[in-house]
Amino acid sequence: MFYREAGDFKTTYREDSQTFPIKFDRLRFYAVLAVAYGVIPLFINDYWANAVAVPFLIYAIAAIGLNVLVGYAGQVSLGTGGFMAVGAYACYKLMTAFPEVSIFVHVLLAGGVTAVVGVLFGLPSLRIKGFYLAVATLAAQFFLVWLFNKVPWFYNYSASGQITAPDRTVFGVFVTGAQTSAMAKYMFCLVMLTIVAVLARNLTRGMVGRKWMAIRDMDIAAEIIGVNPLTAKMTAFMVSSFFIGIAGALFFSVYLGAAEVGEAFGIQKSFLILFMVIIGGLGSIFGSFAGAAFLVLLPVLLKNLLVGALNWPTDLAAHIELMIVGALIVVFLIAEPHGLAQLWRVAKEKLRLWPFPH
Amino acid sequence: MPDQLLYAMEVTLNGLMAGVMYALVALGFVLIYKASGIFNYAQGVLALFAALTLVGIQQGQVPFAHLINAVTGGHLTHFGWTVPSVLAIILTAAVMVVLAIVIEKLVLKHLVNQAPIILFMATIGMAYFLEGFGDVMWGADIKKLDVGLPQGISDTVEGLTDRIFGYGFFVDNLDIVATVVAILLVTALTLFSQYSKQGRALRAVADDHQAALSVGISLRFIWILVWSIAGFVALVAGIMWGSKSGVQFSLSLIALKALPVLMLGGFTSIPGAIVGGLIIGVGEKLFEFLAGPLIGGATENWFAYVLALIFLVFRPQGLFGEKIIERV
Repeated sequence: MFYREAGDFKTTYREDSQTFPIKFDRLRFYAVLAVAYGVIPLFINDYWANAVAVPFLIYAIAAIGLNVLVGYAGQVSLGTGGFMAVGAYACYKLMTAFPEVSIFVHVLLAGGVTAVVGVLFGLPSLRIKGFYLAVATLAAQFFLVWLFNKVPWFYNYSASGQITAPDRTVFGVFVTGAQTSAMAKYMFCLVMLTIVAVLARNLTRGMVGRKWMAIRDMDIAAEIIGVNPLTAKMTAFMVSSFFIGIAGALFFSVYLGAAEVGEAFGIQKSFLILFMVIIGGLGSIFGSFAGAAFLVLLPVLLKNLLVGALNWPTDLAAHIELMIVGALIVVFLIAEPHGLAQLWRVAKEKLRLWPFPH
Repeated sequence: MPDQLLYAMEVTLNGLMAGVMYALVALGFVLIYKASGIFNYAQGVLALFAALTLVGIQQGQVPFAHLINAVTGGHLTHFGWTVPSVLAIILTAAVMVVLAIVIEKLVLKHLVNQAPIILFMATIGMAYFLEGFGDVMWGADIKKLDVGLPQGISDTVEGLTDRIFGYGFFVDNLDIVATVVAILLVTALTLFSQYSKQGRALRAVADDHQAALSVGISLRFIWILVWSIAGFVALVAGIMWGSKSGVQFSLSLIALKALPVLMLGGFTSIPGAIVGGLIIGVGEKLFEFLAGPLIGGATENWFAYVLALIFLVFRPQGLFGEKIIERV
């Protein structure tokens, strides 16, 4: 009824190779965009922006970045927090050094700086594989956090060791600093997310993405059929770090406003984003969105339920939340190791046949 | 002898002792990885959980007191008795065995044949759960663990080195005990895996899962066994670390300290865990001593990882790991 290839005739190559070849998918994509850009900004308030919308958008960017690396290129990384910190500090240094340049440019440049750092820490991946690599990326995590803590140049010699985002505007509207409206924050992150998602989706569909997947599935076989592991792995680290750097820059400048590196970009952040990718689904852009939404919403819901409705003490609620998140991850992995994206795929298959089951 | 050299020797000695502590945690990882190919991130949390349980039993705390109080509005805290250390340790070991059985039944059984990354994530999930569970069960406040291990600076070592070098080395009594315990533990584990029937089965499974299954070894029993042993090792590590720095959340972070040890020594080698631990322990203490003051200190957080990383670039399977052979 809804989800049909039948009757949807493609007459040009261009049509055949578009991002969403099925009409229903395409319409759904435009509908989501219309709601995100046209409807939500009208109703958003500070609570929803700060508790749900902005973290979701930023984590979705980070999850897409990590998914490129883990899901598409098969290089497990636990250094996400460290790379986000690079993005945040690069953005901070740029914002304070060149106040007249638009923050939009700074965020993209921060992504670029992170990409360079990511490639640097990605180099060992040519020799080290699997879990050894995962643990090796922890070196990036701990070293970078230590670096930003110990070298005062990175936080402009501020007494508290914190970095604080100055007021910056895009087209005359504040997007960082205290005067920012909920809508501005939301829109700025949304534009970034759209750019990242479109980029990621098309990269993974194209030649680069196929090389990544070949490397993921078996790197030796890929090498034999002519995929250069050096360029494939390095581009994966580069693109992934670029996105993660953007996420880090936004997380610091738009969402937090002020950040302390160990607290905001610690190892917990790396795990959180890895969870998003796994729960959402490895090797799926939609999965990154789903995973980010799930893990942003879950704590908010639990907190409202346990503290708000049941009146339990907050420390107890925090521990129970930890238990529930942990248990849910395990349950998810048992029930659906391919993540929320797989549920979505199954639903689409069902929809394709519906209402006739055979 | 010049003072600097003596200091360096003292630092090295302390590094060796710290390395033993790391090796204790790494040992649990290696056991599980060998027997089931699971990279068990929860090992550190297991140690925390074991230590929390030990203190809880020892002091007669009411489990889940905080939760019960929140639901019923009561004021339960303690039963009002204390349990002797030895009995408490035995009870805690029993709890760890039960935990191993539960983990096998509820989690591992359902994840057979999944990709290693999925199993790894499952253990991270378990780590989160256990951390929350331990806190809900016994409360999250920092506890003092005292099972009668000697504390403070060893007078014997100080006196001895004073006589030889004219300068007394400061070594923690606890570190010496930990070293002795680690040696005993490794000896016991080696004897167990070499000479007992279960130990042989364990080695068979580690060698080849399918071949082991085909000669009638129960994989599930082996998994329960190996998780129980890992739980016991975690208990020992928990006692040592808990006595040293108190039982608190940061105890679970020792898992992160054990990871570079594993990389260096190889995931599949018990001697590797020990040697790796010693190298990391000495390396990071010496580096902090020599280079720390120049670049701002607190290098211990990352030095081990960077050392392991550089090392791995030259030898990707670690010091004692099995040679990686890849085929298309």
